[in-house]
Amino acid sequence: MNILVVDDERDVQTLFEQRFRKEIRSNELKFAFAFSGEEALAYLNQHDHEAVLILSDINMPGMSGLELLDRIKKKYATPPPRVMMITAYGDAENFNTAKSLGADDFLTKPVDFATLKDKLKTIES
Amino acid sequence: MLLQTILVIILLLNLRKETKGKNGLQQWDKLIITAICISAALFVLHNVFLPVSGLLIMFSYGLTATVIYTVYTNTLFTSGKALINAFWPLFVLNFFEDVISIIDKPFYKSWRNYLEGAELLALVWMVAMLIINNKQKKALEKERKINEEKEKEYKITEQIKAQLEVQVKERTAEITQQKEELQKTLHELESTQSQLIHAEKMASLGELTAGIAHEIQNPLNFVNNFSEINGELLEEMKVAIEKQDYEEVKALINDIADNEKKINLHGKRADSIVKGMLQHSRTSTGQKELTDINALCDECMRLSYHGLRAKDKTFNAGFETKFDEQLSKINVLPQEIGRVILNLCNNAFYATNAKKKTAGSDYKPVVSITTVAAGNGVEIRVQDNGSGIPQQIIDKIFQPFFTTKPTGQGTGLGLSMSYDIITKAHNGTLQVTSQENIGTTFFISLPY
Repeated sequence: MNILVVDDERDVQTLFEQRFRKEIRSNELKFAFAFSGEEALAYLNQHDHEAVLILSDINMPGMSGLELLDRIKKKYATPPPRVMMITAYGDAENFNTAKSLGADDFLTKPVDFATLKDKLKTIES
Repeated sequence: MLLQTILVIILLLNLRKETKGKNGLQQWDKLIITAICISAALFVLHNVFLPVSGLLIMFSYGLTATVIYTVYTNTLFTSGKALINAFWPLFVLNFFEDVISIIDKPFYKSWRNYLEGAELLALVWMVAMLIINNKQKKALEKERKINEEKEKEYKITEQIKAQLEVQVKERTAEITQQKEELQKTLHELESTQSQLIHAEKMASLGELTAGIAHEIQNPLNFVNNFSEINGELLEEMKVAIEKQDYEEVKALINDIADNEKKINLHGKRADSIVKGMLQHSRTSTGQKELTDINALCDECMRLSYHGLRAKDKTFNAGFETKFDEQLSKINVLPQEIGRVILNLCNNAFYATNAKKKTAGSDYKPVVSITTVAAGNGVEIRVQDNGSGIPQQIIDKIFQPFFTTKPTGQGTGLGLSMSYDIITKAHNGTLQVTSQENIGTTFFISLPY
C-alpha cells in the first residue's frame, strides 16, 4: 500500500520510516513524504493514483491540510484516495470541517502508532 | 502818606491770595484782613486828623515794615518777596519824601517836582513788576495744575497697578492650581500607559498561548516517539546480538544514535520555546545580553504564525525565513526585540489575511523574515504581500493608540511600543515602506 505523508515537520519522515521499518522492509507499506500541501499536490500529479492513503497534518504554513483535502477530493473524483487528517487540536471545528470536506478518518497528535497500524490493517483487509 | 497806605492795602490784598480760603491758614488770613482794616483806617484818619499826620505816617511805615519783615521771614509768603520787590522803590521814595517833608519843608518843596518824577518812574516800575509777577504767577499756576494732573494720573496708574497685581496674583494661583491638576492627570496617564503596556504584553501573550502549545506539542511528540522507537530498537538489538548478526547490530546502533540526537534536538527546541515564552511574559530586566538574532526571529515568526492559527482556523499563510548565517550575536534586550518582531509578524500575517478576503484564489499570502549583516549592525526585514498601508496614514502608524483594526482588536500600542524599543532602548531605526495591495516591509536596524 502506498501512503503519502504530508507534514511540515521534516523529522516526521524519519519517525515514520523507523516506526514502520518492518513494514517497509517487508514491502508491505511504501511511504512517500511531502512537506507542504503544495508539494503533496505536485507529488499526486506526478504519481497519479499511486497513493492509496494520504495522511495529512492540518496546521501547515501555506496551503493548509484542509485546503489540500478539499483539492484532492474535488480533483480526484473517481476514485478519490483515502485521506486521514492529523491535527494537534482535535477540536470539533476542525473535525467537522474536515468531515464535510470528505476526510475519511482522523488521528490526533500525538500520533498513537499502534492505533495507526490497526487502522492501516483494516484498510488493507 | 496817602499813597503809602494804598500801596500797603494793594500789597496786603495780593498777599491775601495766598491765604484766602485755605485750611489751616485762617489765622494768617484774619491777620491780613486786620492789617488791611488798619491801613484803611490810617487812610481815613490821615485825611480827618491832619494835625497828627506825622504820627500816623510813622505808624503807617511801621505797619509797612512789619508786613515786609513778616513776608521775608515767613516761608509761607515766598511769592510775596517778588511782590515786595515791585513796591520797594515806591516805598523808599515815599518814605524819603515823607521824612523830608517833615524834617525840612523848604527843601522838600524845592525838590518836590524831582521826587514826583521819580515816584512816577517807581510807579511805572511797580505796575510793570506787578504785571510780570502776575504773569509768572499764572505760569506757575499752570505748571502746578499740570503737575497736579500728572499726580492724579500717577495715582490712577498706581491704583491700576495695584489692581493688576491683585489680578496677577489671582491668575497665578489659578494657573498653579491648573498646573497641579495637569501634573496629577499626567501622572495618572503615565500609570495608565504602563498598565496598558502591561495589558498589551499580556494580550499578545494570550494570543500566543495556543500557538505555544502547538509549538511545544510537536517537539514533545518527537521526543516521545523517538524514545519509544529506541526502546523497540534496543529489543531488536538484543535479538540481533543473540543471533550474532553484528551487521544488524551496527545498523541498529546507528539508528539509535540518530534517534538519540533527534530526541536531544527536539528536547532543546521545546526548552527554547518555553524559555521564549517566559522571556516574553517576564518584565524586562533592562540587561542587554548577547543574542542570536536568527534564532530569536525564527522563534517569534513561528509563535506568531501558530498563535494566529490557533485563534482563527481559517487563517493560513506561508512563511519564509531568509537568515544570514554569518550574523554574529549582538547585545540587545532579547524579550523586547522579541516583542517587536512578534508584533511585526502578527501585523504582517494580519495584512495577508485581510488581502486574502478580497483577493482571488490565486493569491498566495507569504510573510518573510530576513536578517542581513549590515555595515555597522544587523538589519531585520519583515515583509508581507498583504493589503499594504495607505499613504495617508503611513506617517501615523507609529503614533500611540493609532490602529486600523476594529475596536477591541488592537490597542494601537504595538507599533508605537516597537518604535520606542528600537529607537530609544537600542539606538536603532524602525522604518516602513508600503504599497497598497502589494505589500509592506518593515526594516529594523540595530547597531552593534
